[in-house]
Amino acid sequence: MTGHTKTIRVDTLARVEGEGSLYIKLAGERVADVKLKIYEPPRFFEAFLRGRHFSEAPDITARICGICPIAYQMSAIHAIERALGTRIDPAVRLLRRLFYCGEWIESHTLHVYMLHAPDFLGYQDAIAMARDHRALVEQALRLKKVGNRIVTLLGGREIHPISATVGGFYKVPSKQQVRELVEDLKWALDASLETARWTANLDFPDFEQDYEFVALRHPDEYPFNEGRVVSNRGLDIDAAEYEDHFVELHVKHSNALHSVVRGRGSYLVGPLARFNLNFDKLPEIAKQAARDVKLAVPVKNPFRSIMVRSVEIVFACAEALRIVGEYEPPTIPRVEVPNQAGVGQAITEAPRGILYHRYAMDEKGLIIAARIIPPTSQNQKRIEDDLRDYAPRLVAWPLEEASWKCEQAIRNYDPCISCATHSLKLTVERRDADGV
Amino acid sequence: MNSDTQHKRRIAVFKFASCDGCQLSLLDAEDELLGVAGAVDIAYFPEATRAVLKGPYDIGLIEGSITTHHDAERIQELRRQCKTLVTIGACATAGGIQALRNWKDVEEFIRVVYATPQFISTLKLSTPIAEHVPVDFELRGCPINKCHLIELITATMAGRKPMIPSYSVCLECKRKSNVCISVARGIPCLGPVTQAGCGALCPSYDRGCYGCYGPMESPNTASLANQLHMLGQSDTQIMRAFRGFNAWSWQFRKTSEEYEHK
Repeated sequence: MTGHTKTIRVDTLARVEGEGSLYIKLAGERVADVKLKIYEPPRFFEAFLRGRHFSEAPDITARICGICPIAYQMSAIHAIERALGTRIDPAVRLLRRLFYCGEWIESHTLHVYMLHAPDFLGYQDAIAMARDHRALVEQALRLKKVGNRIVTLLGGREIHPISATVGGFYKVPSKQQVRELVEDLKWALDASLETARWTANLDFPDFEQDYEFVALRHPDEYPFNEGRVVSNRGLDIDAAEYEDHFVELHVKHSNALHSVVRGRGSYLVGPLARFNLNFDKLPEIAKQAARDVKLAVPVKNPFRSIMVRSVEIVFACAEALRIVGEYEPPTIPRVEVPNQAGVGQAITEAPRGILYHRYAMDEKGLIIAARIIPPTSQNQKRIEDDLRDYAPRLVAWPLEEASWKCEQAIRNYDPCISCATHSLKLTVERRDADGV
Repeated sequence: MNSDTQHKRRIAVFKFASCDGCQLSLLDAEDELLGVAGAVDIAYFPEATRAVLKGPYDIGLIEGSITTHHDAERIQELRRQCKTLVTIGACATAGGIQALRNWKDVEEFIRVVYATPQFISTLKLSTPIAEHVPVDFELRGCPINKCHLIELITATMAGRKPMIPSYSVCLECKRKSNVCISVARGIPCLGPVTQAGCGALCPSYDRGCYGCYGPMESPNTASLANQLHMLGQSDTQIMRAFRGFNAWSWQFRKTSEEYEHK
């Protein structure tokens, strides 16, 4: 090898959910190869969902991801309800939004403080960070706990909650129980505003990309469970048309399937996309929080996703407070959903971006086909594209620092590899040398 | 390594095929996390830290099931590295939901999920850690109860047996004064054969237990299956009830297979 070649290799990506590795080969200032590798074993969810009753799908698909189980439950439930023409009580609809607020607060806070912030401040982890910034980490844990409290009230437990089901909830909380969240949420809203201000003071590399942003868009609200799929390049489709407009390609340099917009290329889903496409739907307090830290649409620097995530925590706290104030329990917690044949698709906004589910059921209500496309598999090609543009500026850096910066660039996406592995190609070698 | 490090126990967290939820339980222990982190050295925990301390480790927490040749070899090495090896959750303890492949043709599964099947290397079975190496303690649940995890770490450090119940969910219902949903309302419930630990969550939320904590000590699954039958459940429904997140645990497996072939 000549002195001009440099290889950045991270065998175990840390502070991400699931198992992956990174490999970048630089020849001079040219990037010869970029591979975000996934060695997490595949788990075949789509295959073993076949033959199960539709009522089991929310519980089974939740197990794809321990970090965002509610996203899986919501996409599964909405897809099945669309297939079977189920109409839900408006109070159930509100509770589902509240449920999602809890997951966003919990998941975003985890990422902002525990997974991403240590990169900006130069710590290996949040625990080391706590030695110098104890109050900050304690605030993070308390904020995260408020999100988990919402999830626990509505779902029974934080991870793999048990109450959400097709047609509604097995049991809904009383008005009093929901109102009891108010004090925590008021505190959380203040803490989230502080978080947004705090993230604005971090150092961001001067790095922008020309993204195609893809997110849900709803006429009246910042999106969770409903809306059309839109992009800044003119896409505007129903969830049922998703598979006509997005394809998964097998590219030569990688064993991973790459999701692309048909006829174009990689795209970005998640906080940046939602914020840029739905800023006008944010409540005033979240808009103001963004303006206060000079976060203007469109945000095209992926490192600033930590700021956008913080503004989304402000949104989730404000939205939760609104719902908690309005809540009246539904007349019945769930409507009966009879067995019948049907096909339905739904997309909801997981913390990391749009999550697509499709189910086909037979007349006994048994699933005959399922398709699940999580946000991380959609972002995977985009992550590699970012690295391809970003890595050349690290040529002069010491290898350890360059590697860390690349890891940080990956963590901009809060990737969830556990989610991705049922639809990403498994890389057979764990630490292959690639002839280098 | 700072001066007090040598006296602290080293904990490592390793992941196999799983959803990450059980190891997340440690980060979800918001009130205890900094306390635990102060009392032990978190030597290997990629979900939370870039830092890596080499083994051997005092306590190894294993999440996930074995589904690849590579992982079958890796667990052997980890057993040598860990003085006390604990499995956390249904995947590591019973093969997890991905063990549903164990009754199917995995080659066909690969064709359903992946466009180019030749790239996928996987074993025919998803198996628990204890089928590969001796395990010192198994923490049940899908997901585990974070209080159990804290108790387990505390107990191991103190050199005592962790106080984790091995009785059934029914006792938790009684303790909460829940009216039995199965007896009073005819809702099928796996509570009588499922290990406690969740706090009888599902019955408290008006639904039957679906067995995510796996079989209790000496469960009478045959008797419960009869009861489910009397409540109007078909053989296939009974088979599916036992074939969930702990399907490969031998007690649930036996019953599900009996009803599959009825």
